[in-house]
Amino acid sequence: MEKILTRNIHKENSPSIEVYEAGGGYQAYRKAIPSMGPDEVTEQVKKSGLRGRGGAGFPCGLKWSFMPKEKNKPHYLLVNADESEPGTFKDRLLMELDPHLVIEGSMLSAYAIRADVCYIYIRGEFVRPAEVMNRAIAEAYAKGYAGRNICGSDWSCELVVHRGAGAYICGEETALMTSLEGDRGYPRNKPPFPAQSGFFGCPTTINNVETLSCVSFIIERGADWFLTIGPDEKNSGPKLYCLSGHVKRPGVYEGPMGLPLMELIHELGGGMLREDRPLKAVIPGGSSVPVLRAEECEVNLDFDSLMKAGSALGSAGIMVMDSSTCMVNALHRIAYFYDHESCGQCTPCRQGTGWMRRILERIENGQGRTEDIDLLKNVADNIEGNTICALGDAAAWPVQSFVKKFRDEFQAHVDAGKCTVLSNA
Amino acid sequence: MFGQEFEKTVDEIVARYPQPRAALLPVLWEIQRHKGWIDGECERWAGERLGVSPAHVHGVVTFYTMYKQRPTGKYHIQLCTTLSCMLRGSDDLLEHLEEKLGIDVGETTPDGKFSLQRAECLGSCGTAPMFQLNDDYHEDLTLEKVDQLLDSLP
Repeated sequence: MEKILTRNIHKENSPSIEVYEAGGGYQAYRKAIPSMGPDEVTEQVKKSGLRGRGGAGFPCGLKWSFMPKEKNKPHYLLVNADESEPGTFKDRLLMELDPHLVIEGSMLSAYAIRADVCYIYIRGEFVRPAEVMNRAIAEAYAKGYAGRNICGSDWSCELVVHRGAGAYICGEETALMTSLEGDRGYPRNKPPFPAQSGFFGCPTTINNVETLSCVSFIIERGADWFLTIGPDEKNSGPKLYCLSGHVKRPGVYEGPMGLPLMELIHELGGGMLREDRPLKAVIPGGSSVPVLRAEECEVNLDFDSLMKAGSALGSAGIMVMDSSTCMVNALHRIAYFYDHESCGQCTPCRQGTGWMRRILERIENGQGRTEDIDLLKNVADNIEGNTICALGDAAAWPVQSFVKKFRDEFQAHVDAGKCTVLSNA
Repeated sequence: MFGQEFEKTVDEIVARYPQPRAALLPVLWEIQRHKGWIDGECERWAGERLGVSPAHVHGVVTFYTMYKQRPTGKYHIQLCTTLSCMLRGSDDLLEHLEEKLGIDVGETTPDGKFSLQRAECLGSCGTAPMFQLNDDYHEDLTLEKVDQLLDSLP
């Protein structure tokens, strides 16, 4: 497949506006504004089948169409650059190496939803990416791509980088809004949806960096072109896959939506890290999604294929584990993460994530009891669906799937009072 | 607080938002850049400037992991130990750092040069294991690379 999202990243001085424009950048933007109306942009994106790349896979154009067409209050676009899902590192690449692609897509989207301000919420740890984005934004202002009367139209929109300060939960769209309002990142109940009542009660749309980076191509080449990439109209477009763990060449790889998982691991990723350690399991969509056993890995990486396989594409953070991996240890690490990152607002999540971590700690330290395995599942089942946001589900799914698919290993850990995998490796 | 230049920067930050309170995170960043950490006096000042209570500011400072409530070492190391980094050896790195620096996680060396923290996923899983040293990421680390880097720091 022709490189789309990553076509610029290997060019010298790729973050500069000169290099971006020399490669055809901002042509879509100038094509759309002002000759295409905002609704026409939305219509194209709807037709393209573009689904959110941040984790939930919600249809992007549909999300925009929820925004009111009449303006009674300011409208906001919030770019979700709070990339924090374990195993995910694609948005950082786009921001560091092709910031104008992010800006062009974001501003086209801002135009479509009639935004007055576009805030790019970047996770606090990404100090350097934020600097690159700020330099690129200054260039965009100088060219008249942001600010007042953009491209000679009567549309004005400010573009602002806002840095987070270390909290996974702020990648959840309503928590991101709360955080942007200067508060602790507490998610909010939906409804009201952000398009009705978002940032300071105003109509707001929140989109992921990679999602927005697709938009300029859809406008430039058309929705029909976008639909030719990937298996069907619900799983379309180019996709960035984040490959990590026990492979020879971890990294970000671009491919069509629906790339076979085994092709990613063995061809793009160079195969397993060590020849003598075969594949044991893969988490295909960031640590929140259910794990796949090796024999379940003949699957394509798209929303519907992975859902059929009982997992999810999520943020396309593909974490590969070989035979030396202790699944109790791996799950303990995942549970530790969610316990650390729970915002503390909902009791099932605040308490449950801590209980799961402590039970896993006990099993790992050789003090586990047989009933602990069912207890883990029980706690997870009682978190799932009982919290304001999806962090509770995200904490429950790995626990449920690890225990179900690797139960023997948890049992062996309890019976032996120690790890039977690491001691044999 | 911190002079006219600082106040001017704060005014500029506040102007980017529809309400002053939205400027709290960036203003706290600015305070931390000047002082190195954020104490009660800074919290009271930020609250007054942005029209929120000191309790609200304290709630925010304690919610986010990157605001420091006490000084850290000149070089603050945050080692990622989440799954992808763990699979690529972050536990060995942690043990090595603790031994080399003679401190545990959460501590600062007596000379104030290094402090060590465990961090949750820093979004650098393709170049694991890694740590963040002050503002910079150091990726694809090995024990040798860590030694070389830390020994070279003034």
